Amino acid sequence: MGKLLSHRLAVPVVIALLVVALSFAMPSNFYYRVAALVWISALAVIGLNLLMGYAGQVSLGHAGFFGIGAYAVAVLPAQFGLHPLVAALAGAVATAAIAFLVGRPILRLKGHYLAVATLGFGILIAMTISNEAWLTGGPDGMPVERLTLFGWRVRGADTWYWISGGLLVIGAWIACNLVASPTGRALRALHDSEVAARVAGIDVARAKLTVFVISAVYASVAGSTLALVNGFVTPDKANFLHSIELVTMVVLGGMGSILGSLAGAAILVVLPQVLTGFHDYEHMILGLIMMVIMIVLRAGIVPSLAAFFQGRRNK
Amino acid sequence: MHSTDPLLRVEALRSAYGRIEALHGVSLSVASGEIVALVGGNGAGKTTLLRAISGVQPMTGGSLSFQGRDISRASPHARVAAGIAQVPEGRQIFAPLAIEDNLRLGAYLRKDAEIASDLERVYDLFPILKERRRNPAGGLSGGQQQMLAIGRALMSRPKLLLLDEPSMGLAPVLVDQVFEIIQRLNREDGVTVFLVEQNAFAALSIATRGYVIETGEIAMEGKGAALLADERVREAYLGV
Ligand SMILES: Nc1ncnc2c1ncn2[C@@H]1O[C@H](COP(=O)(O)OP(=O)(O)OP(=O)(O)O)[C@@H](O)[C@H]1O
Ligand SMILES: [Mg+2]
Repeated sequence: MGKLLSHRLAVPVVIALLVVALSFAMPSNFYYRVAALVWISALAVIGLNLLMGYAGQVSLGHAGFFGIGAYAVAVLPAQFGLHPLVAALAGAVATAAIAFLVGRPILRLKGHYLAVATLGFGILIAMTISNEAWLTGGPDGMPVERLTLFGWRVRGADTWYWISGGLLVIGAWIACNLVASPTGRALRALHDSEVAARVAGIDVARAKLTVFVISAVYASVAGSTLALVNGFVTPDKANFLHSIELVTMVVLGGMGSILGSLAGAAILVVLPQVLTGFHDYEHMILGLIMMVIMIVLRAGIVPSLAAFFQGRRNK
Repeated sequence: MHSTDPLLRVEALRSAYGRIEALHGVSLSVASGEIVALVGGNGAGKTTLLRAISGVQPMTGGSLSFQGRDISRASPHARVAAGIAQVPEGRQIFAPLAIEDNLRLGAYLRKDAEIASDLERVYDLFPILKERRRNPAGGLSGGQQQMLAIGRALMSRPKLLLLDEPSMGLAPVLVDQVFEIIQRLNREDGVTVFLVEQNAFAALSIATRGYVIETGEIAMEGKGAALLADERVREAYLGV
C-alpha cells in the first residue's frame, strides 16, 4: 500500500521538481515561453495518452477539443463578457458534452475505422471555426482578452511558466490516480482483450466513453491555457496537423507513460526551436531525428529507456 | 425463484455467425450444486453456447434464464453481476497486467469488504499465483494461466462458473490438477459448474450430469457415469 501511494505521487512529484529546477536555468523570457508551451502540450498529450496508451483507442481529432477550449476563452469573454476562467470552465463542460455525444457512436469502431471517424470529427470542428468568421474571426483568428485575477493582470512569460507548470502537475497527478484505480485497470484490460474484459464484468463501451471524455477535457483545458498565454487564437490549433502532432508526441514519448507524454511534448516543441538555425533543412532534420528515435527506442523514449536501465540493474 | 427452477435454463437457443447458424435450438439446464459437462468434437458449437450464455455472442432465437429470471437481453456485465462467470476458451488472461491485477479485475463489479479474503482464497488454491503476484501474467506457463483464468472468474463470487476447455493444451498431470480444483470448488465453495470439453473422459468423470453436442444440437444427455459407459459416447469421444 505504501508502495502504491508513493508510486501514484512519484510522477507528479518528479514533474514538479523539474518545473522548479528548470526555472533556475532560464536565461531569458524566450526560454520561459518555450517551456510553458512544453507544459501545455504535455497536458494535452497526457490526456490523449490515457486514451491511446492505456485504453488502446486512437483519436486523430483531439485538436478539435483543443480548439473548443481555445475558442471558448476567446469568444465567450468577447461576446458575453464572461470572465476568462469561467469561459475556460464552460469550454471544458462543452467539450465533455460533445465528446460524450460523439464518443457513443464513434467508439464502437475499431482501429483504422475509429481513426478515420475521429479524423472526420476533428476536421468538422476546424471547418466550423474557420467558417463562422462573424464569431471566431475565421482563418485570421481573434484576440483573447487578458486574464485578470483579483485585480491582478496575469502577464509575463515567467508567470505563465508557473501557471502552466502547475496545471501540468495537477493533470499528471489526476492521470496517475486514474491509472492506478479500478477504472485504470479496466482500461488496460480492455486494451488487451475486449472479450475477456466483458466476461470479467467490465462495461467496455462505458469505460471507453469515460476515458474519451476525460482525455477530451485535458485537450480543452490545454487549449484554453494556450489561448490565454498567446493572447490570440487561430484555427490551426484545431486542425488535423495539430491532431497528428499530438498523436506523434504520445508515440514518441511512450504509449502508456505519463512521463513519456512530457518527453514527447518536449522533443516536438523544443527541437524545432533548436533547429531553426538550419533554415531549409529544419524539417528534414526533425523528421530524421523522429525516425531514429522510433527505430532505436521502439517503445517510445521513456518506456524504452526505463527497460534499458532496468535490464542493466538486473545484470 | 421457484424452488423447482434450475439455476440456468437454456431453451431452444439459436446463434449464428452471419448467415451460418452454429446452434440450432439447444435446450439444457443446470441445477444448483451440480457439475454439468457438455462434451463434443471440434466445431460442434460448445464455445458458441458458452459465449451466448455469458452474453458476448448474440443469440438469434430461444431464451436463457438464470435463477428463474430471463436474461436473454441482459448485458454481459449484468450477467456477471447476477452471478455468472466465464473462463473463456484459450484463457484470455490480461498478459501485460500483473497477476494480482488480473485477479482484482475479476472483482471489478464488487464493492464489498471481502475482496481481500477472496483473494487469499484464490492464493490458497493456487499458491504459485501468490508467489508471483506482482509479475506480468504473460510470463506464466499454460497451466498457470489456466489457474489464473479460473481464479479471476472466482473473484466475482459466481454462483455459476462456465469453463471452456480448461484442459486444452495441458499435460495430463495438470489436467488432473485442474479437474481436482474444479471439484473442490464445487464441494467446498458450493459453486455450480458448467463445463465444456473435448476431453470427454476427464469431464464426464467428475460430472453429475452430461450432455453431448453434435453440430449445434444436443445429441444425448444423462448422468455422467452413464454417458461414460455408453457405447456410442465411448466410440465417438473416448476412442475405445
Ligand atoms: N468467429 C466465427 N466466425 C464464423 N464462424 C465461426 C466463428 N466461430 C465459430 N464458428 C463456427 O461455428 C461453429 C461452432 O464453433 P465453436 O467454436 O462454437 O465450436 P467448439 O465446439 O467450441 O469447437 P472447439 O472444440 O474446436 O473449440 C463451427 O462450425 C465454427 O466453424
Ligand atoms: Mg471451443
